[in-house]
Amino acid sequence: MRDKVLYGIAILAAALLARNLYLIFLQLPDEAAQGAIYRIIYFHVPSAITAMLGFMVAGAASGIYLGTKNLRYDAVAAAVTEVSLAFATVVLVTGSIWARIIWGVWWTWDARLTSMFVCWLLYAGYLMLRSAVEEPTQRAKFSAVLSLFAFTDVIIVWKSIEWWRNLHPGPVLSIRTGGGNMDPAMESMIYMNLLALVLFATVLVMVRMRQEEMRREISSLRQLALAQ
Amino acid sequence: MSAAAVECAGVWKFYGDYPALSDISVQIEPGTCLALIGRNGAGKTTLLRILAGFSQAGRGRVSVLGDSPRDSATRRRIGFLGHGISIYDELTAWENLCLFGRIYGLDDPQKSAREWLDRTGLTRVKDGLAREFSRGMRQRLAVARAFLHDPSVLMLDEPFTSLDDRAIGILQGLLADALRAGRTVIMSTHQLREAMELATHVTMLQRGKIAYHGPRTPEMLNDPGWLYAQHGEAG
Amino acid sequence: MNFWRQTAVIAVKDLRAELRSKEAINASISFALVILLLFNFAFAEWADQVREVAGGLVWIVWAFAGVLILNRSFARELANDCLDALIAAPLPSSALFLGKALANFVLVVAIELVSLLVFGIFYNVRWTQQFWALMLVIGLTTWGLTVVGTMFSALTVNLRLRELMLPMLIYPIMIPALLGAMEITNALMAGKPLDGDLLTWLRLLIGFDVIFTALAVALIDTVLVG
Repeated sequence: MRDKVLYGIAILAAALLARNLYLIFLQLPDEAAQGAIYRIIYFHVPSAITAMLGFMVAGAASGIYLGTKNLRYDAVAAAVTEVSLAFATVVLVTGSIWARIIWGVWWTWDARLTSMFVCWLLYAGYLMLRSAVEEPTQRAKFSAVLSLFAFTDVIIVWKSIEWWRNLHPGPVLSIRTGGGNMDPAMESMIYMNLLALVLFATVLVMVRMRQEEMRREISSLRQLALAQ
Repeated sequence: MSAAAVECAGVWKFYGDYPALSDISVQIEPGTCLALIGRNGAGKTTLLRILAGFSQAGRGRVSVLGDSPRDSATRRRIGFLGHGISIYDELTAWENLCLFGRIYGLDDPQKSAREWLDRTGLTRVKDGLAREFSRGMRQRLAVARAFLHDPSVLMLDEPFTSLDDRAIGILQGLLADALRAGRTVIMSTHQLREAMELATHVTMLQRGKIAYHGPRTPEMLNDPGWLYAQHGEAG
Repeated sequence: MNFWRQTAVIAVKDLRAELRSKEAINASISFALVILLLFNFAFAEWADQVREVAGGLVWIVWAFAGVLILNRSFARELANDCLDALIAAPLPSSALFLGKALANFVLVVAIELVSLLVFGIFYNVRWTQQFWALMLVIGLTTWGLTVVGTMFSALTVNLRLRELMLPMLIYPIMIPALLGAMEITNALMAGKPLDGDLLTWLRLLIGFDVIFTALAVALIDTVLVG
């Protein structure tokens, strides 16, 4: 049953992505000020939203794990965090490429990129912690605690870096060209690609979760075998 | 709740999906001494840590003196002596005992500290740093720390393993006194001879399950390895 | 026994143990002094400008030197399995945590004040202009660092690679607090008073402290009891 759901979502995601890619590269016109490179926005923005949604889901799953002690929620938290970290990497890389082409610099310390970088560090730490704890129950407990700390911090980080940027305005990486008015076709494409990426993320999470649960099962079987 | 001093019902402990303890149900009456035996990895330390409140059981109920072992009032009446001796190297013997006396909320920590330094033969060195003590002295200080607050239930994890002869003698005496005074003792151990002498009851764990739970019989006293042989394990 | 009395017992014990051996304090102070020295080489021709970014620099020194103290916090309980004895004792985990956090706070603030003196001398920075405001910022930020650091010290105490894990986990979490501290300290060291925009940062620090203290106290028992 679960397999069927997985394949179903995967096919949907692939189809939607294919359609979006076709439209992005062949149908939509170039943006007035930025030229062809602006297309990167269709991956940059949806990835950012997907990553942040993921961190929130991971935080929730961690909280539920601590309440129920059901290891499945730990698998959810771990899988979602890993996938979200991958999307966060996409955000940073696409942001960097965009900045290089438009501004001539590989990095700008604007509010959003900086905040995303901090999130990246937080959750890279989460994965490091997981790899340092052998015993599954302890690993679940410790990563759940860290995930709660991390997500609380994420909220504070975004607000505080925004304030900081307002105090020290620098080259502003404005996603919204010209201050907020986007061609409706372009705007709806952002949302369509967001949907595609979220579906894609869901597939990745489900695959990763299954991997995590199998790993746990193998580890206990191994322990059982050794104990004989 | 019956009058059992320590009781656990349907206790399971999981490490991941692996059951370190399966469906453990044990009742220990007050004033008895239970020897908890079994091979390495059988689950003795795991069970003892759950009874002492260090660990939470995955499933099942544990009660010590009628309440959860995590309860503050209950912890005051449990004395634990584990593998590590749990004394601070950078503090003196006197400071160590006063510290634990205060943590356990004793009315007069200093009086109790003095008394126990005396009973373990450490009065002369009370102002020496624990780090400078010989091994035997550190062990005696650890014993003093465990008994300091006059616990009703004593839980000891392989207590005779790292003790020298003088410390073993002191500990056996203290345990015998405690039992005479109606305290309850649970001892996990490999040292079958010393354990069987003191024990009134025996529980044997095999791969996380109870293989035997009942009174200590004359066969066990005469041949401490008897129970292992009975359950197909080499003595 | 009274909760705060138990917290005090733990705090006093930690302070006594540390002051007797001085291992962590010595390492921390030395580290701070070395960083201050290296700043000199890093900023050789721009010594004057150092004064303008002094607030930011000094928090880098304090954040790194402070973590050395925090690492020891629960690590000192490992020898002889003392942590077991504390968990078994009728001591609420939150009292154990707060006691250690208080002891760490005292030690880290001591390191900060000493290195502040040295910093002022080395780089001719007049940090006494807004003395009490500066003390307030030091207190608030250091409490945040201490709470998060003590918590993660408990989390990583039994892990291999503990010394590597702890900094990796602490610094990202501390970023908002350090950011606020740097902004305020920069202004204070330039003689500006604590008002206007700076008050927003002060509110951030207070909020950070309250939120993470509450979170740590709520979760410490889960971390310590197996």
